[in-house]
Amino acid sequence: MIRVAVTGIGVISALGPNRESFWRALSAGESGIRPMEIVAPGTVRFPNAAEARHYRTEDHFDEKEASLLDRFAQFAAVAAREAILDAGIKWTTDLQERTAIVTGSSTGGQTSEDESFRDYYERKQTRFSPFAIPKAMSNAGASRISFEHGVTGPVYTVSTACSSANHAIGQAFWLIRNGEARLAIAGGSEAPFSPGMLKAWEGMRVVSPDTCRPFSLDRKGLILGEGAGMLVLEHLDHAQSRGAHIYGEIAGFGMSSDAHHLTQPLAAGAARAMRSALRDADAPAEATWYINAHGTGTLANDPTETEAIRAVFGARISNVMVSSTKSMHGHALGAAGALEAAATLLALSRKIIPPTANFLAPDPACDLDVVPNTARAVEVEWALSNSFAFGGLNAVLAFRR
Amino acid sequence: MDEDFESRVIKVIAKTQRIPLETVSIDSTFEELKIDSLDGINLIFALESEFNVDIPDEDARSIRSVRQMAEGIAQLLAQKPPQQGAA
Repeated sequence: MIRVAVTGIGVISALGPNRESFWRALSAGESGIRPMEIVAPGTVRFPNAAEARHYRTEDHFDEKEASLLDRFAQFAAVAAREAILDAGIKWTTDLQERTAIVTGSSTGGQTSEDESFRDYYERKQTRFSPFAIPKAMSNAGASRISFEHGVTGPVYTVSTACSSANHAIGQAFWLIRNGEARLAIAGGSEAPFSPGMLKAWEGMRVVSPDTCRPFSLDRKGLILGEGAGMLVLEHLDHAQSRGAHIYGEIAGFGMSSDAHHLTQPLAAGAARAMRSALRDADAPAEATWYINAHGTGTLANDPTETEAIRAVFGARISNVMVSSTKSMHGHALGAAGALEAAATLLALSRKIIPPTANFLAPDPACDLDVVPNTARAVEVEWALSNSFAFGGLNAVLAFRR
Repeated sequence: MDEDFESRVIKVIAKTQRIPLETVSIDSTFEELKIDSLDGINLIFALESEFNVDIPDEDARSIRSVRQMAEGIAQLLAQKPPQQGAA
């Protein structure tokens, strides 16, 4: 079977404008959650968010380019540039034809859409810019990456709310494993901070009034985040033959649907996706695992995810460390799985497990080793990264150092 | 709580939940009415609009019955400052 290596990582997040700033903060247990700047205080009940405040459009795009790209598509393109540079890819026509791009996004260019609709409804402007449609489409990020790098293989976008990026990376993994592509750029990007979207999240009553405390007593909900994570996936032989640095391998991918409820998670559904990823990865029974949890910090997710993890690992639970890096980079929705894949690969390759930050005290309903507040220097070979979406759609990736 | 107020709350619940009015009473629990967590939040949204009050997230989560809901809203209405400058 074809094995799939990860040879490049690019990240934009609340923790900084690139991969190394992201890892520095994660490994130090530092949170990027701050008072929200994007809307006026008092616009929504929750004051804090994980904004990519270091990001400046003019550092990456000229004015003409920027006018054609929503923030989420800019994030995708910039993270992909970093990942491709990191991997040291030298493009040839043949490689461009055999490269795939699969991106995830939950809401696409909704910031641009919100703005254009406000022009129409609120400011009574009767004409729309011709850019409104191509800026808002969810594949705008994937298309931009394709233009920039001349990638002419299979390019598409997956949208499954908070599982989008994991579904996207899983698809790209399959494209390589099935021989459809030799190289793939895969991940997710999200820029959900428009006034309309923030009000909609307020209406759901799942956003914390202070910070994100996954698996902790007194957790009060999730914190919205933004950013992008992009990986370069590569046929292992291809990576080895060109002497590329390998962060790790994607060893397995599992999906399931709860078929249960629009917003309530179901442990059995989450467990099935995890088991499927584990079967695919075919790891030894005695392996020690790191799980980068979905860990949103909501009342509903964390105990359900705990139940699922316990059901899957049973007596082997003592060999499992779990942390939620959402406590630091926030919940970046359709980009979440990509940020967390980056965190997981860096954890394996640099031998440090990032903690669950903002942890106050154990919740008996979440009795796992959640690596509270302080990173742990430990060598782990195997990891899972969980994503569970509203609508009950689950996607789990398995990694190997 | 007066009866008019209670019946207004019940009406909003029946309408929002799309269930017959006579199935809802002040003593109904959300469980009996098959109101799950998402329905509960949607009910709060409807009642906030009906009574023009803001129900905090923490309170919203603990409400599990029609009576708790009605009492909570009555309390918020009592705390509300009187409207100023109405012509």
